[in-house]
Amino acid sequence: MSLSLDEVKRIANLARIEVVEEEGSAILAQLTDIFSLIEQMQAVDTSAVSPMSHSQDVRQRLREDAVTEMDQHELFQSIAPQVEMGLYLVPKVIE
Amino acid sequence: MQWETVIGLEVHAQLSTRSKIFSGASTAYGASPNAQACTVDLALPGVLPVLNHGAVERAVKLGLAVGGKINSPSIFARKNYFYPDLPKGYQISQYETPVVEGGSIRIRVPGASGADGGEKVVRLVRAHLEEDAGKSLHEDFHGMTGIDLNRAGTPLLEIVSEPDMRSSTEAVAYAKTLHSLVRWIGICDGNMQEGSFRCDANVSVRPRGSDRLGTRCEIKNLNSFRFLEKAIDYEARRQIELLEDGGTVQQQTRLYDPERDETRAMRSKEDAQDYRYFPDPDLLPLEISQSWVAELKSAMPELPQDMRVRLERDYGLSGYDAANLTTDRETAEYYEMVVSQLPSDPKLCANWVTGEIFGYLNDEGKSFGECPLSPAQLAQLLVRIKDGTISGKIAKEVFRQMWAKASEPASGAGSRSQRGVENLADEIIESQGLKQISDSGELEKLITRVIAENSRSVDEFRAGKEKAFNALVGQVMKAAKGKANPAQVNEILKKKLTE
Repeated sequence: MSLSLDEVKRIANLARIEVVEEEGSAILAQLTDIFSLIEQMQAVDTSAVSPMSHSQDVRQRLREDAVTEMDQHELFQSIAPQVEMGLYLVPKVIE
Repeated sequence: MQWETVIGLEVHAQLSTRSKIFSGASTAYGASPNAQACTVDLALPGVLPVLNHGAVERAVKLGLAVGGKINSPSIFARKNYFYPDLPKGYQISQYETPVVEGGSIRIRVPGASGADGGEKVVRLVRAHLEEDAGKSLHEDFHGMTGIDLNRAGTPLLEIVSEPDMRSSTEAVAYAKTLHSLVRWIGICDGNMQEGSFRCDANVSVRPRGSDRLGTRCEIKNLNSFRFLEKAIDYEARRQIELLEDGGTVQQQTRLYDPERDETRAMRSKEDAQDYRYFPDPDLLPLEISQSWVAELKSAMPELPQDMRVRLERDYGLSGYDAANLTTDRETAEYYEMVVSQLPSDPKLCANWVTGEIFGYLNDEGKSFGECPLSPAQLAQLLVRIKDGTISGKIAKEVFRQMWAKASEPASGAGSRSQRGVENLADEIIESQGLKQISDSGELEKLITRVIAENSRSVDEFRAGKEKAFNALVGQVMKAAKGKANPAQVNEILKKKLTE
């Protein structure tokens, strides 16, 4: 599988990672290496192996449905850059 | 060309847990901003999500109610996108192995002008658990956006249907059936104003007879059945016009504007890969044991579709009545309690529940839970119709008074609310002398008087005019102030006129 420089830029943009022009080709080379390793691994017959979603063979523990958290918004907001009327203020985002 | 509309729905049902899906913060509606956003909801460094037992339980219940497959293990995944109402930079959702896969919902489709359009089965693709995002407020913050994270982390069950619906009417019937089902099994309060039940509609059109799907547009966040219907109708029209003008439909996410009754492009659809889903390493595979499923299954109430069939079969009700009586559990339970006291006439009970009770509740804008009259109170009134104490017409007047009395709050010392007074119907019938005249002697006297006073009608009847007889019956009923038994009046009058 080969990757293009445009795809590298697109992925970087989706992940909000800033990639300057010179870095692009270096990252492309590194990712291409990773992909070739994956390609190698894909030659292994895994038809009898179920996909692993977690590295440990343990199961999710569940929490009882109860309210255990109290209102601490003042404490949390004391480190926020900007707050008004209990709201966190962020740079304007409208799609 | 004849076009066919194809619709699939994605419904987000907010699960009725006390706490959030991955944190112990409250999910109560209407709290002051950020009062219910804890460290997990804020995505502060070092915190971990812990899954809520109650959310999983509710998802499994839905799976059981629709006959879907319950996956175990079920996997949580990160859906990556950047938006400030989602401070982690991803939403925890499910991708490859949702809690529920498959299943179906049987709907009744209304036909033209309220007629019954028959039944239809809508298949489900899946139902998966995920967390809701917070709210962004774009006004009045001097160019900034205000963020309230109270809703962030609220448990949602996203229920995805196959594109099995062919009209906005079918889509609304499906949404209403699902809405009543989630309330019936107690997993969601269904409050659409508060956003507890939101629909996204995937709409495409194709030439009638084609089996290929057209390019679809997704209309987001339709929070009323009326908007759902109008948005689909508008969108289908828009796509048909586009195609007929030689254009093509672009795959898009669109928003419905109720004020202008149109949909507008919001963003072009990102590919599924753009979200870069991957299993969330913070959450382990969720195991749902067979014994847990069995336990939930045994505690499930009779489902509305099963009850509907039973009411038709055992009580001889029409499909329409049975469907009306099973729209929610309060109504169904109320009806069954009325019938239990008058088992000889389930149809009469159905008529009064769907007629008078629905009508009065509707006029007062009340839900069934707010019905002032108990099933026993209604049953007593109906028993009095059955045993001939009052006529059906008088019963409506008694009902009106019962409703008014039971709606009065208890006022002052010594007075008490009529709510729950079991013999309310009898008290009203008794105190106002509304009993039918059953003493035939008294009735005969009345009829003799009417005959004497209406000699013209009598002559006409004797001359062969049947209509004149009805006029005489009317006069007798009037003289009896509606309290005479019509069958008895007919009988005596006929006898007297042919003497």
